Amino acid sequence: MSKTIKLRKGLNIRIMGKAEAVLEEAPSAEQYALKPIDFPGLTPRLSVKQGQEVKAGEPLFYDKYHPEVFYVTPVAGTVSLINRGERRRILEVIVDADPSKGSVDFGKSDPQTMDEARVRELLLKSGMWPLIKRRPYGIVARPDEKPRDIFISGFDTAPLAPDYGFILKGQEKQFQAGINALAKLTSGKVWLGLPASGENKVFSQVKNVEINYFDGPHPAGNVGVQIHHIKPVNKGEVVWTVNPQDVAIIGKLFETGKVDFSKIVALTGSEVIHPRYVKIVSGTRLCPILEGKLKSENKQRVISGNPLTGTKLICDNFIGFYDAQITVIPEGDEYEFMGWALPGAQKYSASKAFLSALMPAKAYELTANLHGGERAFVMSGQYEKYLPMDLLPVHLLKSILVNDIDKMEQLGIYEVVEEDLALCEFACTSKIKVQEILRKGINTMVQEMG
Amino acid sequence: MKALRDFFEKTKPYVQKGAKYHWLHSTHDAFFTLAFVPKNTSKSGSHIHDHIDLKRTMSFVIIALLPALLFGMYNTGYQHFKAIGELASTGFFTVFFYGLLKVLPVVIVSYVVGLGVEFAFAQMRGHEVNEGFLVSGMLIPLVMPINTPLWMVAVATVFAVIFGKEVFGGTGMNIWNPALLARAFLFFAYPAQMSGDKVWVTLKDSDKVVDGFTGATPMADAAAGNIDFNVFDAFIGLIPGSIGETSTLAILLGAVFLIITGIGSWKIMVSTVAGGMLMGIILNLFAGVQGLSPAVAAYFSMPFWHHLVLGGFAFGAVFMATDPVSAAQTDTGKWIYGFLIGVTAILFRVVNPAYPEGMMLAILLMNTFAPLIDHYVVEANIKRRLKRVKVSA
Repeated sequence: MSKTIKLRKGLNIRIMGKAEAVLEEAPSAEQYALKPIDFPGLTPRLSVKQGQEVKAGEPLFYDKYHPEVFYVTPVAGTVSLINRGERRRILEVIVDADPSKGSVDFGKSDPQTMDEARVRELLLKSGMWPLIKRRPYGIVARPDEKPRDIFISGFDTAPLAPDYGFILKGQEKQFQAGINALAKLTSGKVWLGLPASGENKVFSQVKNVEINYFDGPHPAGNVGVQIHHIKPVNKGEVVWTVNPQDVAIIGKLFETGKVDFSKIVALTGSEVIHPRYVKIVSGTRLCPILEGKLKSENKQRVISGNPLTGTKLICDNFIGFYDAQITVIPEGDEYEFMGWALPGAQKYSASKAFLSALMPAKAYELTANLHGGERAFVMSGQYEKYLPMDLLPVHLLKSILVNDIDKMEQLGIYEVVEEDLALCEFACTSKIKVQEILRKGINTMVQEMG
Repeated sequence: MKALRDFFEKTKPYVQKGAKYHWLHSTHDAFFTLAFVPKNTSKSGSHIHDHIDLKRTMSFVIIALLPALLFGMYNTGYQHFKAIGELASTGFFTVFFYGLLKVLPVVIVSYVVGLGVEFAFAQMRGHEVNEGFLVSGMLIPLVMPINTPLWMVAVATVFAVIFGKEVFGGTGMNIWNPALLARAFLFFAYPAQMSGDKVWVTLKDSDKVVDGFTGATPMADAAAGNIDFNVFDAFIGLIPGSIGETSTLAILLGAVFLIITGIGSWKIMVSTVAGGMLMGIILNLFAGVQGLSPAVAAYFSMPFWHHLVLGGFAFGAVFMATDPVSAAQTDTGKWIYGFLIGVTAILFRVVNPAYPEGMMLAILLMNTFAPLIDHYVVEANIKRRLKRVKVSA
């Protein structure tokens, strides 16, 4: 039985630069990359050497501790550079695209007639596996575990987030095939969360899933929030989550037998002249996509992902593995004379301490400026307003700061990842680095609990 | 503006680590960030941040305190001229300026001494200067009787900042409200100068007082069973008392401002008042009990809502109990914390003959218990979450 879950807490940040529902074909880039840093906690082992030719779908590296999990190249071509950082840590493996090298053929198949073992094997071999994340911890699913359930959020409520209804229009069949494949992997259900209002044409006909509707501001579209309200993750339980567009990518593999990492991303933000959707291939270099699309007056910050949780990049970098959004906002690294004392008609704030609170319909240009210095926790009750979950975010963060593993566990570290607490970080008066602290806690848990 | 910024930027190298004037770096930083919101941008996590910061939050509390401060100045003059019987012949501005000249030195001493200690500590520890004292520095004068000697204000401020805040690690880490600690310090260290009938109204030895003048606060009178104050005067604030606490009206204006802007916790304010009223009603019910002395019985039977306009109850509920650092931090905890402040404040006030004002002690007591209240709220949350496992199993 589907039900509608109403969430009151949260906030839709009124930021300018939402993408229009227009799709543009992006010029194909010459270079693509797969970045181990996109997968928290991964220790990669290279499968290729510099200069080696690869077909699309061939592994570039694999997980040291789970060698059956392949990370494959999205395009065919030549491995041109293996970029290393401190202590020779692999930062990115770059492939110069050459479509003539072709793709690995994994064979067409119908997931519904396959057994679980074969679906698992195919997903692992074809590099689809890393698209599946696990909770707790929000890291790549482990090949040797069977999830209690699989959760998919069919919508994203983050600031300027793409509309998956628009992105997946015309890919209903592939989405269904992806669902069918995932359904084989769990003894529980595949749960799909949809927005309570608006059209759900793409998703409403999907079979083999249990649909729930969510009504409320961001983070209602976060899969973690949805899991919490449908069937929370308790100690010892594991669930998996997949982004809806990635479900379709998995579906395409079964349909064609080949990997097809092309996807649609929203190009958003107040520094983009015409915020629209563009079709790209996963791992693309950003320059060709952004060229000619940006305003030129301000110093800019390019973000792979949304402004709350994305990664800061430069145009020469490559889009993140899981991201379906590129955001460009002003850097805002300027001093502001007596900025804290001005009435603030142009200053967006979730609090009511600025004149802007009297203009509730306006959208604002937000920059990457912190708007203040970092302080200790002073205000209370602030974070709770933006987390529609029955857990105490400040106490959880404090338990991480003092490294108390028992308390972290009791206070719900298994249920949250960075994106769930991102709004708290946005609204924080003391400018505390909430997401950084939370990831530190999660890393501790991974180390200590395995 | 450009010149000012250039000045700060040019002098910055001189206060950096290893430079000659490094011992001034916190001071430099404090004034620089006061004049200019820094250009720091997000390095990790969320790229966008709310415009609110601690400077704005604290300055909003000060704005909320302004009505009480201005009224306190006027009332200081009012009480003085009333005592010497010249009220009718003195103009409004004369009355106000008399009070201004009496109150301003207290405010200045509190800020200069307190910020001096803050800067010194920030310097020693290599921290940024915290904004917390901006509010404490205003609260301290407002809870002082007008006749408190300035050196006492200075000593109390030093005590409050060092032992109330810095020993715990600065703003955000303290257990007790620093301003109340300053008041409590003086109350116990110099009881003669902090209570009685002589401290609330400024009088020179040469001043002749009018007949019937006592200088006692209505609350002290009430504790003596002598309840004949005018409720309307007490609401407006034209009664003797600590500088900022007398006018319930001015405090109410501040409360409305704090609640609308969301800076102060309305939960704590409402629950404190509710707790106080409930205790007042209970005392009313027990007023007829045999064996009470007439004075106590009279205080017991005072209409419960009169407590709202007497003494520091309103000031404490709006500005002291709501201090986010020393109050309970959880939502449920705030309800309990505020309620208990209200109950104990009225209980101390009426039943304990040694202290005419219970609000200060009630808030300090609940500051002490706030972590315990939060502990049980957190434990309840943990239990509730554990229960889910049993339900789903």
